Amino acid sequence: MRIEAGRASRRYWQDLWTYRELLGFLAWRDLSVRYKQTALGVAWAVIRPAFTMLVFIAFRKLAALPPSGVPDAILVLSAVLPWQLFSTAFSEVSGCLVGNANLISKVYFPRFLVPLAAMATSVIDFMVTLAMLALVMAWFGYAPTDKVVMLPLFVVLAACLALGAGVFFAALNVQFRDFRYVVPFVVQAGLFVSPVAFTLGDVPEAWRWLVALNPVTGIIEGFRWCLLGANAPFYPLATLTSVAITLAMFALGVWYFRRTERGFADVI
Amino acid sequence: MSDIVIRAENLGKKYRISHETAQPYRTFRETLAKGFQRRRGSAHQEEEFWALRGVDFEIRRGDVVGVIGRNGAGKSTLLKILSRITEPTTGYVDLNGRVASLLEVGTGFHPELTGRENVYLNGSILGMRREEVRRKFDEIVSFAEVERFIDMPVKRYSSGMYMRLAFSVAAHLEPEILIVDEVLAVGDSAFQKKCLGRMEEVSAGGRTVLFVSHNLGTLLSICDKGILLDAGGCVANGNIRSVVKAYQQKAGSGEDLAPNLIGGPLKSVTFRQVWINGEKLGGSQFSPGEPIQIRVVGNAAEHLPEAVFTLSLYAEGGRLFTVEDRPMTLHQGEFSLQVEIPAGLLRPGDYSLALGARTAAELATPHDWCWGTDLASFELNEVWSANCKRDLHGMINVNARFTRENAPILERAAT
Repeated sequence: MRIEAGRASRRYWQDLWTYRELLGFLAWRDLSVRYKQTALGVAWAVIRPAFTMLVFIAFRKLAALPPSGVPDAILVLSAVLPWQLFSTAFSEVSGCLVGNANLISKVYFPRFLVPLAAMATSVIDFMVTLAMLALVMAWFGYAPTDKVVMLPLFVVLAACLALGAGVFFAALNVQFRDFRYVVPFVVQAGLFVSPVAFTLGDVPEAWRWLVALNPVTGIIEGFRWCLLGANAPFYPLATLTSVAITLAMFALGVWYFRRTERGFADVI
Repeated sequence: MSDIVIRAENLGKKYRISHETAQPYRTFRETLAKGFQRRRGSAHQEEEFWALRGVDFEIRRGDVVGVIGRNGAGKSTLLKILSRITEPTTGYVDLNGRVASLLEVGTGFHPELTGRENVYLNGSILGMRREEVRRKFDEIVSFAEVERFIDMPVKRYSSGMYMRLAFSVAAHLEPEILIVDEVLAVGDSAFQKKCLGRMEEVSAGGRTVLFVSHNLGTLLSICDKGILLDAGGCVANGNIRSVVKAYQQKAGSGEDLAPNLIGGPLKSVTFRQVWINGEKLGGSQFSPGEPIQIRVVGNAAEHLPEAVFTLSLYAEGGRLFTVEDRPMTLHQGEFSLQVEIPAGLLRPGDYSLALGARTAAELATPHDWCWGTDLASFELNEVWSANCKRDLHGMINVNARFTRENAPILERAAT
């Protein structure tokens, strides 16, 4: 094996596979550390989305938004789920390199393992909240239609968007710590411009394209379309922009990450 | 097929030093501002620094190589390149075999996880398979002597236990090439001995080891080859004895002791020069038949009413003895001390010297102290009769005789 300037290992993605055990260990570490020394433990994975849901139900009542034919709890929760998946994964991934600085400056492994492992906690949390949604739907006696089989596609879309944007910010964060402040801001602002409390249908038709420019809009409306059956229309434009932006973001993120990765240990 | 496992050619690593910020990373605003300045043609305040430059060497299978050099000579940069953490700026290295590098003990240990969990995590980070860790688990734990605490979070460990467990995981790696950076400085001296023993076992198994240490005794006892780095370049390369000698001569050519060699809260006492038999910083050969005169010149920045000096002699990484001066009043200004080690006490071999000072006669009273090891060294050459070899008869020559009694009396237990 030769070590030389500008010669990133040609078998990078293969290496990633060789190191899969380490990926498992890193993910497992993040998971087992997450709720250590908390009294409520994994319950937090349920409590946070539950409270978000309550806040937005209250918001819908106060804003007197038109009824959608679906219980508000289900309508809001079906949006809180993908939003939370995206936002936690995005913030975890974008901070992961700096958070693992000691590893990066002392040991070699394909650096892409770190953001992949950072996804694990948010994905597991998502699974827990998905079970919670199932319970809420059962409570209201609301069965999803067969479109629910499309749901995994939107989950993957949300995860890819979070990973792509996350690794881009993670790599930027290594060099410019400014992005540590940008990420929480994006997440906070994103919650208000994404159709969590409202639906795209509540937005005047002339302005829908603007809301649909947000890639998370397509994902959230996709979730609703999968889960709520006839009560949630399919928005092809929003879905299309979501897919396009996700692909672009993913490509940009991975490209920038791979390009700067070699210098991580020197500047972190 | 040659048996060269590491081959470096014209290896160089350049860093940029920015004079504007204390942080190694830049903020986005600075980059923007800098880009703007550059466009307007103003000078930017960056300096290039070659941590390593034009280094060539070859290491053969089974070699145990000591990397020597002062602080900042480029040792750590070299190890970082070899372990693929950072890329070289120029040149290349060819590696032939599985590399494991230990630049720090306990990399990736998580305080919230238990000892057991950390063993698996750390093993995986260092490149062991889960199966391999499982197989060696009991061995690792008993080597670290933490059996009873293995299911406790490591944040509740004492720092000694923590370090022992961390080192133990690393000590059970079985790579073809092992890269080690001064990690032996952990634990008490008994554990250090155990670690050295383990290193010797590893190298006896035919693996290639690259080892950085400031402890010349350790290097001499476990390495057979050496590389001496100075200011980023490789200045000597070959047999460990000749390389250590070259290092000592280089160190001896410097005027004063580097202040960073001495640690501790006591800053008002500094050791400036050490002379051994009239030679600055030693590094020379003397006969075991002559007394060793050690002279220390230093400076006291303030008046110390009750100063105590200590001097220790090390051989093969272990401390032979420490002698302590009587408490004395140290006046502000220069001081000079003299210690004599009697002739015929030490057997042939290499010795290194440590010096310390404290501000109270009794250790029990609160005091400040300072201490530095490897401040000077010397070698006693073998001119004695054959029965004085150190490896056969121990380190110290004690003048004690047996006398034979006429009527041997064995004590028996009362029946």
